[in-house]
Amino acid sequence: MTDLLAARSQMAVSLAFHIVFAVIGIGMPVLMVIAERRWQTTRDPHYLELARRWAKGTAILFAVGAVSGTVLSFELGLLWPGFMEFAGPIIGMPFSLEGFAFFMEAIFLGIYLYGWDRISERAHLWAGVLVAVSGALSGVFVVIANAWMNAPTGFTLVNGLATAIDPVQALRTPAAFPQTLHMTLAAYAATGFGAAGIHAAMLLRQPANAFHQRGLRVALLMAIPAALLQPLSGHHAAGFVAATQPAKFAAMESLFETQAAAPLLIGGWPDPVRREVRYGLEIPGALSFLATNDFGATVPGLDRVPRQDWPNVRVTHLAFQVMVGCGMLMILAGLLGWRALAQRGDLAQHRRLLQLLVIATPMGFVATEAGWIVTEVGRQPWIIQGVLRTADAVTPMPGLIVPFLGFTALYVLLAVAVVWLLRRQILGAPDTTEWRRRHEPITQPARHG
Amino acid sequence: MAEWPLVELTAVACLAAMTAYVLFAGADFGGGVWDLFATGPRAKAQRGLIADTIGPIWEANHVWLILVVVILFTGFPKAYARVSVSLHIPLTLMLVGVVLRGSAFTFRSYDRRDDEIQRRWGLVFAVASLVTPLLLGVTAGAVAAGGVAPPGTRSFAAAYITPWLAPFPIAIGVLTLLLFAFLAAVYLTVEAPNAALAGDFRARALGAGLLLFPGAAVALYLARNDSPWVFTELTGASWAPVLHLLTGSAAVSALVALWRRHYRIARTAAAVQTALIVVGWAMAQWPYILPPTLSVYDAAAPTATLTLLVGALAAGAVLLLPALAYLFAIFGRSANGEPRSASGPDSHAR
Ligand code: HDD
Ligand code: HEM
Ligand code: HEM
Repeated sequence: MTDLLAARSQMAVSLAFHIVFAVIGIGMPVLMVIAERRWQTTRDPHYLELARRWAKGTAILFAVGAVSGTVLSFELGLLWPGFMEFAGPIIGMPFSLEGFAFFMEAIFLGIYLYGWDRISERAHLWAGVLVAVSGALSGVFVVIANAWMNAPTGFTLVNGLATAIDPVQALRTPAAFPQTLHMTLAAYAATGFGAAGIHAAMLLRQPANAFHQRGLRVALLMAIPAALLQPLSGHHAAGFVAATQPAKFAAMESLFETQAAAPLLIGGWPDPVRREVRYGLEIPGALSFLATNDFGATVPGLDRVPRQDWPNVRVTHLAFQVMVGCGMLMILAGLLGWRALAQRGDLAQHRRLLQLLVIATPMGFVATEAGWIVTEVGRQPWIIQGVLRTADAVTPMPGLIVPFLGFTALYVLLAVAVVWLLRRQILGAPDTTEWRRRHEPITQPARHG
Repeated sequence: MAEWPLVELTAVACLAAMTAYVLFAGADFGGGVWDLFATGPRAKAQRGLIADTIGPIWEANHVWLILVVVILFTGFPKAYARVSVSLHIPLTLMLVGVVLRGSAFTFRSYDRRDDEIQRRWGLVFAVASLVTPLLLGVTAGAVAAGGVAPPGTRSFAAAYITPWLAPFPIAIGVLTLLLFAFLAAVYLTVEAPNAALAGDFRARALGAGLLLFPGAAVALYLARNDSPWVFTELTGASWAPVLHLLTGSAAVSALVALWRRHYRIARTAAAVQTALIVVGWAMAQWPYILPPTLSVYDAAAPTATLTLLVGALAAGAVLLLPALAYLFAIFGRSANGEPRSASGPDSHAR
């Protein structure tokens, strides 16, 4: 393994690990706040229990997100000093703003988690709202930095050096809007379906469990709109990629030849040597539509890109298929869930839906990982599209395979520990009889706060 | 070059964030050290107090480090890139410590309280709390000793190992650890719910505080050879006597106040002492961010970037400081008067 490959792999592992926790850090606070708000308006103790249990899970995940994020902010320099030296002055801004968003998030999460009995109910709910807002903002800011890597603006390149730097212009990179919107929706969809799937699984075991009934309802409330909006925002993102990064777009769809009325390829296994795709299903004109909203438009293929500047076509294409496939499944689950919610009945009666939701549990996360692979692998060989090559940005330090393997092992260990802990939390949720014993006699539960 | 005083303001902001990190997160690490060395009949109560004290605040305190990094790579990108190359190894090891400390602490808080696994997380948390400050100090020491230089054609060891695996950086590492442990013990005397527990931490604070004197002396002695520019400034500059006088009197006040059980006063004095040590280090290096060659002026980003950065930091501070004050007001025992819940975040859910 070359040092460059080791560095890329370490970056990929670290980011792929972090994004799971980051997504949850964006989505879970919304769920907690909805549940707590319902508790305050209905005084149904199940909602309080939900908010508290979700908060506990979030605490565990947030800590891992915070430490893995810290690793990332150092890794940007440890692995890519050339990139940071070049890009720091230009895109430091979103990172600085992100820093403040982290601060607000960490502060109000501390208050939320440990403050149940110390501040008023209202203040507590507001603390939760601030966690949700700052969580979303921290995601937005860091994705803006990434958007800039895809569509760099705000500087003039003179002999490989950035001059006339304008960080505000860099913040307004045209990639920012499509990417941040798509990412934020992804976070809500992934967390929503993640939580919905877990509660659905528990309901399949204990159909009468009112706790899981409510949990599922709240989770679907967040998951469904996000899932239904995601393809629209994805279409918007695709149009943007087609306009600014033709090589990535062609690789996503394995389009080797430039074509008018280009077909959308579903599935298929590209062969970059023979420049053909096997076993795919083609929808005529649909790719041109995805790129430009016009079924007849010409879409530039990989033949327009020098061979040595191609990204890995197989990985990019496969990842794109996985993302869209997961998206379609979530749309289906979302529509069926919507219908069930609209009937206002007992959700546990819809066993088919529950089973589908269990299958969809990891889909949002899988789609998110896949989407990032499209973005990042599809940008190769550039670390900053058209400006700086990944190979020119890597640290001169040799032996990078050692930290790569080390961090990979560390993250595997942490993942196992987190799964173990969460399992205990979930299985420890109150079952129906325990719930009766604990809550039935109390008509007006003690006021917290 | 950026207009006066933009570079200076950026450097001061970076230093302020670093000082805040040491004062707040440093004490959280120190708490982990005392978890490792919890002894005597109240060992369990000591661990409980430490966990309760750092539980709600450590994540917020930790963000100061992120802020330092962000200011560095936005404001002084050249310095950030060079440090990341030369000190790759200690920084990576430190990150492992950061990861293990934070996650083990949280896992312990949320796992069942009684079993073997619980105890193991506790051990990971405590050991990581000990190792991380050591490496943080080693990194700072290596910077002060001029260890950050382009690798060039030097051998692997000469480029990536000897700059930090040397007596002076290690001495700074030990000093950092002592300082963090001292701070934590002093803060914990204020947080302790009863006199006996406060007494335990008073003894620890006195011990660590006294050790700081020989620790600092050794570091200064080693600086003569290993970091001559810092040494010359610390002994010869016009401000040096004032700094030493102030730091020394803060240190002595902290010890006297501890001895007489005036814990609040001791806390203030210890914080002042620590802040002065960090500031003193920065002044001794000034204007070099990476002595002996890279000055803050050479490392600084262009004016447009610094203007925005300083503006954003100022605006952020307006938002941040009240929020932090609110956090500490809710959880500080001093503000609250009442003892904390003894068993952490989920005691009420039981
Ligand atoms: C729940 C997750 C999820 C779902 C269902 C989808 N995506 Fe996505 N997609 C992401 C999660 C995601 C992501 C992980 O959030 C990415 C990576 C970078 C980014 O900004 O968003 C992404 C990137 C991404 C990109 C590349 C953007 C770039 O490189 O700048 C395109 C073109 C699409 N998506 C298009 C789609 C389409 C047409 C979808 C139709 C169903 C779709 N996505 C569903
Ligand atoms: C290069 C990429 C990234 C870097 C350098 C980075 C850095 C960080 C850092 C330093 C933290 C810790 C903050 C704390 O202590 O509270 C963090 C947490 C977080 N990051 Fe990232 N991050 C990156 C990618 C992302 C992405 C792509 C997202 C999401 C869209 C994201 C969203 C978050 C969120 C929401 C948190 C809060 C912690 C949590 O909820 O678990 N980050 N990140
Ligand atoms: C959190 C979600 C993300 C995931 C899962 C992800 C995934 C990846 C992957 C798979 C690679 C390796 C690509 C390759 O070398 O073929 C990579 C590289 C990289 N990513 Fe991301 N990425 C994410 C977000 C970000 C963000 C928000 C930033 C910056 C602000 C970023 C910056 C980088 C850099 C600097 C590299 C290394 C250079 C390169 O390969 O271009 N990533 N990431």
